[in-house]
Amino acid sequence: MITLQHYLLVSAALFSLGLLGVLTRRNAVNILMGIELILNSANVNLVAFSRYGTGNLQGQLFAIFVIVIAAAEVAVALAIVLTLYRLRRTPNVDEADLLRG
Amino acid sequence: MNAEAAVFWVFAALTVGSAAVVVLARSLIYNAFALLFTFFGVAGLYVLLGADFLAATQLLIYVGGILVLLLFGVMLTHKLYDLDLRAEVAQFAPGLIIAGPGVFGLLVITILKTRWATGPGRPPAPTTAEIGRLFMGPYLLPFEAASILLLVALIGAAMIVRRRKDA
Repeated sequence: MITLQHYLLVSAALFSLGLLGVLTRRNAVNILMGIELILNSANVNLVAFSRYGTGNLQGQLFAIFVIVIAAAEVAVALAIVLTLYRLRRTPNVDEADLLRG
Repeated sequence: MNAEAAVFWVFAALTVGSAAVVVLARSLIYNAFALLFTFFGVAGLYVLLGADFLAATQLLIYVGGILVLLLFGVMLTHKLYDLDLRAEVAQFAPGLIIAGPGVFGLLVITILKTRWATGPGRPPAPTTAEIGRLFMGPYLLPFEAASILLLVALIGAAMIVRRRKDA
């Protein structure tokens, strides 16, 4: 019998892996991949609560909005990464210290 | 073990295993293609949860859009003769301590200790028509706001990467 907790555990594993990627990667595109993992884990939670909770579709609607925001976010973030690469010739975020005094 | 459980464990293993490859593999191309399987696994979990429309949306937008954009990002931020696209790692041990025992341990304890208020649940049924009615009815304002957000993101992304004539 698969219960709500099973899905929540999968989602927790996805979230932790995404967080690990965001914390440890130097490449900005890798960090974006970690953020996508985190957003996906949140979506799994929303849909699981929609399935096992009160039985309405609000969780799925929220998940659709999260997907919309993820698409907008990745477009703008890649624009920033490309601009950074053009300025500094590197995709690594720890070398983006243009504002350091 | 019944069929639902078997399918769940297959998709859960696919999702978490490929997510581990995304985070731990040393090649950017491996990371990107492992992300493909993570998205497929999550879409499978959506199908198992009775969210058919959301699973199709996941495949169309994540695999068709976001993953392709990320691959463009990988390709455009490296020199063409740069054959081994190494994914470099910094501060791995502190990150592992925070994400592993810190966040994951805390989440697992919370999930297992909490008595979740599960309701009657939703039997698997087609959701597309109902989602459309909700978007055109009670959720019309967020729907329109999301479309404005997409337009702003589109214009903003084009403005940011544009080469200025004076610079």
